[in-house]
Amino acid sequence: MGDGVVTRRFSWFNGVSVALGLAFLYLPILLLVIYSFNESRLVTVWAGFSTKWYGELLHNQALLDAAWVTLRVAFVSASAATILGTLAAITLVRFGRFFGHTLFSGMIYAPLVMPDVIIGLSLLLLFVAVDFTRGFWTIILAHITFSLCFVAVVVQSRLVTFDRSLEEAALDLGCPPAKTFFLITLPLIAPAVVAGWMLAFTLSLDDLVIASFTTGPGATTLPMKIYSQVRLGVTPEINAVSTIMIGIVAVGVLSASLITKRREASRLRAERLAARDA
Amino acid sequence: MAQAAANAPVIPSTAAPARRSSRARWLVVAVPYVWLAILFLVPFLIVIKISFSVTAVAQPPYTPTIDLSHGIEGLIDAFRQFTIDNYVWLTEDALYIRAYLSSLVIAVVSTGLVLLVGYPIAYGMARASKAWQPTLLMLVILPFWTSFLIRVYSWIGILKKEGLLNQFLLWVGVIHEPLTILNTNWAVYIGIVYSYLPFMVLPLYAALERLDPTLLEAAADLGCRPVSAFWRITFPLSLPGVIAGCFLVFIPVTGEFVIPDLLGGSDTLMIGKTLWTEFFKNRDWPLASAVAVILLLILVVPIVIFQNRAARSEGGMPV
Repeated sequence: MGDGVVTRRFSWFNGVSVALGLAFLYLPILLLVIYSFNESRLVTVWAGFSTKWYGELLHNQALLDAAWVTLRVAFVSASAATILGTLAAITLVRFGRFFGHTLFSGMIYAPLVMPDVIIGLSLLLLFVAVDFTRGFWTIILAHITFSLCFVAVVVQSRLVTFDRSLEEAALDLGCPPAKTFFLITLPLIAPAVVAGWMLAFTLSLDDLVIASFTTGPGATTLPMKIYSQVRLGVTPEINAVSTIMIGIVAVGVLSASLITKRREASRLRAERLAARDA
Repeated sequence: MAQAAANAPVIPSTAAPARRSSRARWLVVAVPYVWLAILFLVPFLIVIKISFSVTAVAQPPYTPTIDLSHGIEGLIDAFRQFTIDNYVWLTEDALYIRAYLSSLVIAVVSTGLVLLVGYPIAYGMARASKAWQPTLLMLVILPFWTSFLIRVYSWIGILKKEGLLNQFLLWVGVIHEPLTILNTNWAVYIGIVYSYLPFMVLPLYAALERLDPTLLEAAADLGCRPVSAFWRITFPLSLPGVIAGCFLVFIPVTGEFVIPDLLGGSDTLMIGKTLWTEFFKNRDWPLASAVAVILLLILVVPIVIFQNRAARSEGGMPV
């Protein structure tokens, strides 16, 4: 081993910082999950293992209703945001500098960092100004608007690294542009589109502030329900709901990443085989 | 016009099919464009308009409302009723000025803290073996996918007086009386560092991972000590990541509501919380709008810089 390797060595300092960082990220979540199985109503005193809080959840109709509303909002808004966000990404990457390009890219990037309270308040005032009945659909419109920007950024990063010669070949062979998009482009950017959908879905599941502003009577989402209960005090029931939500997201994200990894691996293998046969 | 068209460069042949479908192209641009214009841009104009209105016991709870059925005269009449009272009020009541200043202080300090905590983590990840890097990356991203609200909530059980941190510290014997952390600014800082850590680590990692190791080898060969090589080579080259991370943390934290509300105390002043209170508790929509307009004015410069950098890096947005 030469001197060069020494400069890139993974030192004890690197190891400790990564380990401490991961512990910091995971310990609170782990404790939350552990205490959801606590027998006691006191969240911080361990009194034995129990799944009774999960049983209790099944009888909490208000919470179940809120969960159902949240899932429907997230599904509809993520699907619409994925379509709009993909179109926006194509616009940003492929259409060069058209009239109003700066305004467009500003409207894509600004919501990524814009404080929730501003987005929520401004959308509410719009809905009031046009006299739109607030509730389920206004939350969906609001969620589509901010999550389409996240989808656009995710899909855009894939489109930038995309080999355009495949598209050009299809066009040269007389394939119409729309057909080229669905046959060539879309399958190639599919992993990014799926990742964008998942991101939009979790952003919608997660949102408290924008939903609180844009909702009306009758449409209460799970974060709003959790928030109002947390304000009254910490209960093992909230830990149980949180654990279920964390579990669903963890399983979803991990399986999605495993599937893409496997597909990527088999694609590389196929490409290598094709290259050898050629 | 004709002159300009004649001088235009010859369109290459591949553009021909694209040109035929120019209507489809316009549709691709127009749908997201119009959507964002109506649901992102227009609402800001309405916020500005309402910030010049007066609270009223009516539905909607402000006046004047622009009534287009009266034509231009209705519009002029509405403009006459606009007032800058809300802005005067914001400058006269020390509470609001203190809330803005305190938000900025909290945002600056916590951005610094997130950088301080995040840099060693990103640095360690970038120096880990190539086989481990995807796993480490996944482990940092995963908490970012779980609910923000739940992650903030989890700290209440840890930080409160009879919480797990105090129990642990008492058990170890470091302290003899439980510390009051929850409902203080300390808890707000802990909550922000925890929630925004991935936003800092990911761009930092992206910048550090791209770093050419031969530069450090050259420095070592020329007798540069590792610590000095870090400050002279690694850190300057990671600056784009540092800047991207700082923007991603600073801007949203300035308007943060959930963390100061759940973890902060009654003396924790943050403008996001003030806006929420004006809107939901005091039902003063015009004042809440004025608070939002000023917050937007404070953030407009960092947002524009962020947007320009993100647009220039063409999808290199490290989120």
